[in-house]
Amino acid sequence: MNTNWPLWEVFIRSKQGLSHKHVGSLHATDEKMAIENARDVYTRRNEGISIWVVESKHVVASNPEDSESLYDPANDKVYRHPTFYDLPDGVKHI
Amino acid sequence: MAEHTLEERFQAKIDAEIKIEPKDWMPDAYRKTLIRQISQHAHSEIVGMLPEGNWVTRAPSLRRKVALLAKVQDEAGHGLYLYSACETLGIDRDTLYEQLHSGKAKYSSIFNYPTLTWADIGAIGWLVDGAAIMNQVPLCRCSYGPYARAMVRVCKEESFHQRQGFEILLTLSKGTEGQQRMLQNAVDRWWWPSMMMFGPPDADSPNTQQSMKWKIKRFTNDELRQKFVDVCVDQAKVLNVTLPDPDLKWNEERGHYDFGEIDWEEFWNVVKGNGPCNKERLEARNKAWDDGAWVREAAVVHAEKRRAKKKIA
Repeated sequence: MNTNWPLWEVFIRSKQGLSHKHVGSLHATDEKMAIENARDVYTRRNEGISIWVVESKHVVASNPEDSESLYDPANDKVYRHPTFYDLPDGVKHI
Repeated sequence: MAEHTLEERFQAKIDAEIKIEPKDWMPDAYRKTLIRQISQHAHSEIVGMLPEGNWVTRAPSLRRKVALLAKVQDEAGHGLYLYSACETLGIDRDTLYEQLHSGKAKYSSIFNYPTLTWADIGAIGWLVDGAAIMNQVPLCRCSYGPYARAMVRVCKEESFHQRQGFEILLTLSKGTEGQQRMLQNAVDRWWWPSMMMFGPPDADSPNTQQSMKWKIKRFTNDELRQKFVDVCVDQAKVLNVTLPDPDLKWNEERGHYDFGEIDWEEFWNVVKGNGPCNKERLEARNKAWDDGAWVREAAVVHAEKRRAKKKIA
């Protein structure tokens, strides 16, 4: 019988007010075991107060080969940044 | 794109200290080297639980017992971080386990030595974990992202391991004459195998050059070994123990301690499977895996049952 348990990605919220962050992965038979194992493997020293687990096969990722077409268009749009605009030194609170 | 251009771009990224992530293009040899290194590292964490587990039930106090239990549990955790980092390179967990259980994969030869007395638990914490930390801290800057991130977690946890070991030895050093002898005896047995943990001398380590170029390794075996010797000498004074090396001497000119010849024949002999505990360790791993088969199967069936129930409800 196949005992190769599925792979899960683990995300931990380290404290209230911060987003969940990817910390690693683990194997578990189902979502309940995945949460329990994530607790044991990734939060032995109060690293988290909330856990998300997602079965790895459900994660859709962008392809590194598409980096140019995805991210280059932002490179020449300096006008999206506040420093693009020239203002006299005297102007306050802006 | 031609292979050599891909490889040049890859090396340019490494040179610019840009981390390599799982889906990025990488040379086959880089992938293979990492799979070998990370899996050996993971196996070492897992097998490393055995010599220490040996003393959990016989720890001399509850304080020592909870600390040792927590440490052994950490080693399991470290193994799991590393296995999952290794899997991002395209090898699955069961293959990795199979390589360990069949004896095809190696793990650190230090774990093929026995833990004869309680002082050995202290010596492992001080020397073995001390050497491991020397090795592991630079790995936090390794060029492969998932390995580097796993090592950051490992290193954070490892420093408690070394301190608990040192404290055990410090207590023994202030104890009875018999306890002091036990301490010296443990240090006598663990010193040289710990020195061997850094691997063969640079001249006999053919992979070092390439690993340094790929920034998997940041220091050579001999550089790390020297650092280890330099810090241990002063720590040994605090413990009032003698490091079992008559050639250990401060070299003013080099600004380092000189040390004696390592018995590389012993090292290779243990690597080849002839150490005092190689057979026992592998048997213990295989037994745990085989005895756990029904649990793994039951867990799969249980999960299926739960899923079926959910569908009905």
